[in-house]
Amino acid sequence: MENSIEIKAEEINFYYGTKQALKNINLEIYEKQVTALIGPSGCGKSTFIRLLNRMNDLIPHNRVEGKIYFEGQNIFEENVDVVSLRRRVGMVFQKPNPFPKTIFENVSYGLEVNRIRNKQTIEEKVISSLNQAALWKEVKDRLHDSALGLSGGQQQRLCIARCLAVEPHVILFDEPCASLDPISTRSIEELILDLKKYYTIVIVTHNMQQAARISDFTAFLYLGELIEFGPTEKLFTVPKQKMTEEYLTGKFG
Amino acid sequence: MLEEEKIALLKRELIEYATLVEAMIDKSIRGLVNKERDVLIEVIEKDEPKTNDFEIKLDELCTVVIAQYQPKGKWLRTVLMVLKINNDLERMADHVANIAESGLSLIEERPTIKSFNEILQMAELTKGMLKKSIDSFVQEDSQLAYDVCTRDNMVDELRNLARKEILGGMCVDASTVETSLNVLRIARNLERIADLSTNIGEDVIFMVEGKVIKHKTDKI
Amino acid sequence: MKNKLTQHLGFLFLWIAIIPALFFLGTIIYFVCVKGISIISWEFLTEVPRRGMTEGGVAPAIVGTLYLTMGAILFSLPLGLACAIYLCEYSPAGYVVNVIRMSINNLAGVPSVVFGLFGLAVFVKFLGFGVSILSGSLTLGIMVLPQIISASQEALIAVPQSYREASLALGATHWQTIKKIVLPSALPGILTGVILSIGRAAGETAPILFTAATFYTRGYPDSIFSEVMALPYHIYALMTEGTHPEKQTEIAYGCALILMLLVLLMSALAIFLRQRQRSFYGK
Repeated sequence: MENSIEIKAEEINFYYGTKQALKNINLEIYEKQVTALIGPSGCGKSTFIRLLNRMNDLIPHNRVEGKIYFEGQNIFEENVDVVSLRRRVGMVFQKPNPFPKTIFENVSYGLEVNRIRNKQTIEEKVISSLNQAALWKEVKDRLHDSALGLSGGQQQRLCIARCLAVEPHVILFDEPCASLDPISTRSIEELILDLKKYYTIVIVTHNMQQAARISDFTAFLYLGELIEFGPTEKLFTVPKQKMTEEYLTGKFG
Repeated sequence: MLEEEKIALLKRELIEYATLVEAMIDKSIRGLVNKERDVLIEVIEKDEPKTNDFEIKLDELCTVVIAQYQPKGKWLRTVLMVLKINNDLERMADHVANIAESGLSLIEERPTIKSFNEILQMAELTKGMLKKSIDSFVQEDSQLAYDVCTRDNMVDELRNLARKEILGGMCVDASTVETSLNVLRIARNLERIADLSTNIGEDVIFMVEGKVIKHKTDKI
Repeated sequence: MKNKLTQHLGFLFLWIAIIPALFFLGTIIYFVCVKGISIISWEFLTEVPRRGMTEGGVAPAIVGTLYLTMGAILFSLPLGLACAIYLCEYSPAGYVVNVIRMSINNLAGVPSVVFGLFGLAVFVKFLGFGVSILSGSLTLGIMVLPQIISASQEALIAVPQSYREASLALGATHWQTIKKIVLPSALPGILTGVILSIGRAAGETAPILFTAATFYTRGYPDSIFSEVMALPYHIYALMTEGTHPEKQTEIAYGCALILMLLVLLMSALAIFLRQRQRSFYGK
């Protein structure tokens, strides 16, 4: 079964000021599959994933060369509505960052800013998102408590629910389990495996075992370059590049 | 896929493989008894290649599981044992193919009834051992595995008996040598299959209990 | 062993250093209370002055101070907040922003009497508002503007960047993020700036000297263009121009007490609001 391409990066070069962080990246992200980006610290994987929803725009003195195609358009073109892009390409961050509001308000925030006013619609969406994020049972009796009272793992699932509420096509996970304990990590991993039925997922992780466990495709980056990309099963058993092999066997990073 | 699910898949594939081999033994004995050429040819030309495919597929699957999940403890033992049982099944399939080949030759000339009966007995026992060993794997029941290991002796004895008889027969009547050799061959291959089933039993015991009882089965 | 001794001595010294501060604060409060409490009465608080400031009350001055302070905040809070938002959220980091920031800090250092002169020249004379609540409020407003901008800036910067990122990643615009996430979060800090500004605006004499205050008004001010009595100015006037020193000294202390209490009350209100905001969001 051929996988269709959801996002396509062509000849991406990225600069922070004068420092080049990404070199000639060509990468395809397939629809409704989990693509993992792995590599040692500073290899550019976070930088790359943040290009996909143009969060790197927030960094001063940044420069992008190359194209990223999503829904038939290069997202760096002049007339692209970044706000709309970010609704369709959602992001979950490394450290859970729920807003200092109630649990309900956190999940409904995305709907509010997208001008959905109907109370019933909002309530239904909040409930369904919390369900999808496997959090509903734990919070259904305290929707109007502060979100900051939840545990780390719950907060991260809340952030996922918040992201799901705006119905993205793609979800970007930037090291989502980095600050979580092993049990919470496992629950997030199970959730991701569940979510991939409906969403295209890209995940950055410094934990290559995690990438091996949950991804369908893996991209290995080193010092800003894409060293190897392929189906996870193949990359972890018969890597094509020597550097990939060395990274997997722990020789560096 | 989660680790548990993938390992469950692994086990299912192995069981399918083993079922195929069991069926092959059945077919080759039946083909021999009922003089059905087609069945024996099917075993050699269709079933045996299929087992090779299974073997390759399972090898790859095990490699992937180890790479993806770095299983530990019981699951590590499970995956390693699947690899070994996979190997054993492949050799069993080869032996069954040999039996089928010998069977084809014997269709022309039926050997003496007595040793033929012993062959049939061996075949029954061997089939039972294989089935039990696979059952012990499926149910993770080390008691069943122990039973398989003890049966091996009976098969060995039957083989020795058949061998004596056949040798005796060959000495008496030289024209029966070719037939006798084929019967011997069948007996030998059946005995090998029984041995391999014992191996599987030992592997299951390791998987379930973590105990190594290889090369000690006579002491059970 | 020597380290421990040095540490103990150090802490002791610090403890001792607090004493003068507490002492002076205590003395002032005691002094004002003792000297002023005798004149406080319902009449004092609610009636207009009579008989050349020797009888009646100082109600117009209280009202005047309230108007001037509220006016100052009304003017400077939106302006200062908008300024802070622009500086923190919109302007690109660089030379221009630093120049603006420096200018604001310099504004904070201008002596209050200079503000008064400025107000006189621009609001009273040039714009023709005359000596009025309007002129006074505007002058006081400009005076506390740097404080509000500073406190607001600090409050905005203190909002974690992760909140902004999360909001933008959901498809919110920059302004939506500021309105719904950043400002509510920064509110405690902004209110702190307001508290401090209230205290300053209510108590300053020099800025309202030429722009709003007068010694005597017949009743209460009837429009923003009227002159107004104010507590700090009233104290000054009573002590320097009064015709009946003993009585008026007493009244002056009474005004001082009221002024202190008024500022305390307004601060308490702001602190209460800030506390409520904080405790809900569990900071």
